[in-house]
Amino acid sequence: MAYQFTLGKQNYLFDDLKSVLAKASPLRSGDALAGLAAASNTERIAAQYVLSELPLKVFLNEAVVPYELDEVTRLIIDTHDVKAFDNISHFTVGDLRDWLLENTTSGQNILEVSKALTPEMVAAVCKLMRNQDLIAVTSKIQVITRFRNTVGLKGHVSVRLQPNHPTDDMKGILASTIDGLLYGCGDAVIGINPATDSPSVTINLLQMLDDVRLKYEIPTQSCVLCHVTTALQIMDKAPVDLVFQSITGSQKANSSFGIDLQVLKEAHDATLALARGTIGNQCMYFETGQGSALSANAHHGVDQQTMEARAYAVARHFDPFLVNSVVGFIGPEYLFDGKQIIRAGLEDHFCAKVMGLPMGMDVCYTNHADADQDDMDNLLTLLGVAGCNFFMGVPGTDDIMLNYQSTSFHDALYLRKVLGKKPAPEFEAWLLKMGIIDEAGNKCNIDDANKLLLKL
Amino acid sequence: MSKDLTIANKWQQLKEHTKARVALGHVGTSLPLSEVLALKHAHAMAKDAIVTKLDVEGLSQKCKAQEIPYQTFKSRASDRLEYLKRPDLGRQLLFNTHLTKTEKVDIVFVITDGLSAKAVNTYAFKVLNHLLPNLNESYTFAVTLVEHGRVAIGDAVAEFYHADFVAVCIGERPGLSSPESMGIYTTYHPKIGFTDERRNCISNIHANGLSGKQGAQLLQYLIEKSFALKISGVTLKLEVGEILKS
Repeated sequence: MAYQFTLGKQNYLFDDLKSVLAKASPLRSGDALAGLAAASNTERIAAQYVLSELPLKVFLNEAVVPYELDEVTRLIIDTHDVKAFDNISHFTVGDLRDWLLENTTSGQNILEVSKALTPEMVAAVCKLMRNQDLIAVTSKIQVITRFRNTVGLKGHVSVRLQPNHPTDDMKGILASTIDGLLYGCGDAVIGINPATDSPSVTINLLQMLDDVRLKYEIPTQSCVLCHVTTALQIMDKAPVDLVFQSITGSQKANSSFGIDLQVLKEAHDATLALARGTIGNQCMYFETGQGSALSANAHHGVDQQTMEARAYAVARHFDPFLVNSVVGFIGPEYLFDGKQIIRAGLEDHFCAKVMGLPMGMDVCYTNHADADQDDMDNLLTLLGVAGCNFFMGVPGTDDIMLNYQSTSFHDALYLRKVLGKKPAPEFEAWLLKMGIIDEAGNKCNIDDANKLLLKL
Repeated sequence: MSKDLTIANKWQQLKEHTKARVALGHVGTSLPLSEVLALKHAHAMAKDAIVTKLDVEGLSQKCKAQEIPYQTFKSRASDRLEYLKRPDLGRQLLFNTHLTKTEKVDIVFVITDGLSAKAVNTYAFKVLNHLLPNLNESYTFAVTLVEHGRVAIGDAVAEFYHADFVAVCIGERPGLSSPESMGIYTTYHPKIGFTDERRNCISNIHANGLSGKQGAQLLQYLIEKSFALKISGVTLKLEVGEILKS
């Protein structure tokens, strides 16, 4: 269906819903690369006006990726919570924005309708919001998950300790792990990106991390971020806590990652059956990021932020323990500079949280993007205020395997300090017991007699 | 400053096991100033690598001196900014330059800036000087220098030369610990539109990675295997450790 809007003396025409969504997006290089971006600043605002007046019901009748072609669309439509939608079915997208921001709307109220919101509705409302609006809404929402500790509580922020090594050297990875633990990081997960997807390497790394966890009685979980099919293959030979997979927003794009909904279900069922969690059993870990569907030439003419929100529909179907967008990793042809990365990070966190996901963020950039550590400081701080569940902890920000910069162990200390936030409660108790932090959350001076160092 | 307030970490021994920035110490919750500046320095080098230019003149001189047939090309990306935003343009040849139609060759070597021109300015001929003497008898070849090229531009160059094999020497995405690193992508019977599963890759040719000689050994292996088996890509395995050992 076509849409039009007159702004000043100019009449703007939009072919269909996906065109309105794309042209209403804040400018980013990926949408320009795909030929989907608004041709002018005024066309962008015209599209936002159109969007603001669209009834939410429209999104149930006009799929941006055809139902017949795409299992992600089928998942979205077939699992739509019709009953909860009754309460908001009279809303336009603009009404939804106002309702989300309203002081009387609590985070719990939002979570109660989250399954009545399709990713396209959430992407649409996101496009009408300023950064401040995105933060105001998400700071109300608390999405809590449990495995061996509790992640996502208000007043807490967790860290994925990411001890990567270019050749998966065990001692190298262990060295970075100890360093991160001594800086109070690792409560979200100790998660390694392996340099190769070799099953034997994965088994050895998992065993090593599990030995460390058991030896020091650390209330956390580990993950080697191998392909989901590799994890399925080794599950009976290695201590698998969380199963990881990169996901994206269309069947065709997921297929380029070598996955579909069926294999994710198999992995989820198999990991649940291991029952290795102690206080909960949410056992999936997903990574996403704007631009991946375009990069796989599988975006169906849909803008990158809407495709990203569709990935969250895939994620929430499998009740994950952790989800994060690797926001600045994809490169400047998708997110050109610090401004675009910061906006995308806030959008991703907002869409995921409104959809009920335990969202964290890999606040990061590559060296060919027009961004630097100051941009990362800005985004980390904004997302901390927005209530993001977890961030990455990489030694000195420099990931020597993936060749990009993320947030560091020090950055995590900074964020907890300036926002008065604590690690996951179970992990915090362990840090106190080990003499790594004090009651006020300050880092202790660690001497040679610290247990973690004694037994190295 | 009269007094250094940095708190050093006692676990310096961890540094023996990894080049990761561990045991950095801290002041308050922040990094020590020396580490902040070291990181900024590494980032500055990586950023500078992105905007370095392909040394067309210097590389041309090397070709002339060794009587290697060569030509220079441009991609359709007109400058670095457009190159970064439009990877599609970096994969296409601009045909408005004075190009000479040549005889068909077996192999075309493409030297292109990619994301760190200094890497190929430095390492492309370190590889070719080891490799070319071993090829002279068996294969005809040519070299092309391409400004603002992506990996897939090799397919377009190869079609121009009707070449059976292309090796694209390209500057990799710079990291903080390796701001200048060259990769080589090879394809047998390359055609425009091929995707990555048709290519083999030799990566990390730099001062702390593979040497030019090692790169040449691996490239020679790929050339010989590709011509013998008439394949390239995922079906042709490059066991780096094994090949370099032998």
